[in-house]
Amino acid sequence: MNIIVCMKQVPDTEAQIKIGPDGKSIAENDIKWVMNPYDEYGVEEALRLKEKFGGEVTVIGLGPKRVAESIRTALAMGADKGILITDPALDGSDSLAVAKALAAAIKTVSYDIIFAGQRGVDDDSGLVGAAIAEYLDIPQISIITKLEVSEDGKTVKANRPVEGETHVVEANTPVLLTTQKGLNEPRYASLPGIMKAKKKPLDEKTLESLGLNAAEFGKDARKLKIVALTPPPQRAAGKIIDGDSPQTKAAQLAKLLHEEAKVI
Amino acid sequence: MAQGVMIIAEQRDGDIRKISYELTSEGKRLADASGQELTAVLLGSNIKDKAALFGKYGAKKVIVADDPRLAKYTTDAYASVIAQIVKAAGPAILLLGASSQGKDLAGRLAAKLGVGMAQDCTKFAVEGGKLVATRPIYAGKAYAQVSYDDSYPNMATARPNVMAIIPPNDALTAEVVDAAFTLDDSAIKTKVVDAIKDESGKVDLTEADKIVSGGRGMKGPEGFDVLEKLADAIRASVGASRSAVDAGWRTQNDQVGQTGKVVSPNLYIACGISGAIQHLAGMSTSKYVVAINKDPEAPIFQKADYGIVDDLFNVVPALTEEIKKVI
Repeated sequence: MNIIVCMKQVPDTEAQIKIGPDGKSIAENDIKWVMNPYDEYGVEEALRLKEKFGGEVTVIGLGPKRVAESIRTALAMGADKGILITDPALDGSDSLAVAKALAAAIKTVSYDIIFAGQRGVDDDSGLVGAAIAEYLDIPQISIITKLEVSEDGKTVKANRPVEGETHVVEANTPVLLTTQKGLNEPRYASLPGIMKAKKKPLDEKTLESLGLNAAEFGKDARKLKIVALTPPPQRAAGKIIDGDSPQTKAAQLAKLLHEEAKVI
Repeated sequence: MAQGVMIIAEQRDGDIRKISYELTSEGKRLADASGQELTAVLLGSNIKDKAALFGKYGAKKVIVADDPRLAKYTTDAYASVIAQIVKAAGPAILLLGASSQGKDLAGRLAAKLGVGMAQDCTKFAVEGGKLVATRPIYAGKAYAQVSYDDSYPNMATARPNVMAIIPPNDALTAEVVDAAFTLDDSAIKTKVVDAIKDESGKVDLTEADKIVSGGRGMKGPEGFDVLEKLADAIRASVGASRSAVDAGWRTQNDQVGQTGKVVSPNLYIACGISGAIQHLAGMSTSKYVVAINKDPEAPIFQKADYGIVDDLFNVVPALTEEIKKVI
């Protein structure tokens, strides 16, 4: 079974986000870059399937050269090879353009299952997985927390929590699955794993080498234009409720919620 | 020339979901602001009798796709039918909910239509015939204002619980029409084989009007009993911080924050939650925030409208009793 994991490099979730001088992007100094947390579940699930069915796990990333470090992390966890799509013309591409480039790279590899994180914790768009599936004309099951693959590897059954219930969805391979927390507990890279990862193949691809037209990528080709980034609206300072006992404080709070905020 | 505002309503098991009214209300506002008309689209099976309702919220027209194969949401069937409806009607603006259905559909449909798509927006405006959308990014640590190139429709999903629902007006009616579409069985490649209801029976956090949430300060799974009692008294759903989920006290489904759910209730009561940046990000669009924590230095107090510095195990049961007195 051949499995592809799409991987994005994002700022660590601890990072404070500051707006850059152009007002349209974030300030990238002092940012620690990590593998998107949702993609780690994809790497882990791919490795578990490989352990059961055999085959190869390919990790595909896109972005500047620093993204190679996060691909190496996945290789150290146990993935077999990496592909990094890197091209200055990609800078500032929107979700659809990114999906188009990833789909083109995926077509160069044989695959049964593709994993993508349910969203990047940076842009929070959650569009790339589904758009890749559309460009490859394969089914998708998104935001999954449990996966079963049939013994012959031909069908998958995935749990997908929706508001108030969980849908169990079936599809034949090839299929694209977007991963949610709860699917598994991603392993840490072992020291021998880290040593081995250094020797694993990591190919770089440009738009041209994928047969793509650079004019369809980058900031100017965005279908969704960024007008401005701003810091989040600040909440006004709140009221600390004083009182001589928990009961008197609770009574005051109940009154405020009922009479002032009118929310109960 | 692309014209009009179109919203994609949602139903589950034949019941219209609340997000549909939020979308209709916001769609009507945008249609009025740009001198255009609002069309609602409803997909389902034996659903046509529900369509007229959207007229009362301001839809001029309701397009219904009624087919047994549309009874349950599947990506392929819905994306195919909606794409056909959109191409035939040619709206300038297309709004969906940032619900699990809308989020699944959005990427697929945007790729099919080849248009820009803004996910999980909290505010919309129309400028120069184009949609301008505001969306939290980095889970709310920054906000992006986005607009579109010259392709239409301008597509976006709206965060649940954010768009105000306008009161229905019984005097308003909509023209209800059947959608013209073809649907090939072989094109539907996924199948929903089971739907398991959540045990809690409570409203999902993303749709909840009130949330009582607990963190590390709950000390263990049984600590949440006091929160469940408060939640029952005010009909709230119960959430949790990442540390409470990672400790195994609550399930992943309850997690609020950057790697959990992003929530927008009217009232968010944070108990024993210090307020890690990832947690604050997930609840920053809540309307009223209450923090109850022993530690006066906890960052959550910076985000709270009302704060109580005290032991939550004394405050929360007292609050439950006091609330029962005032409501």
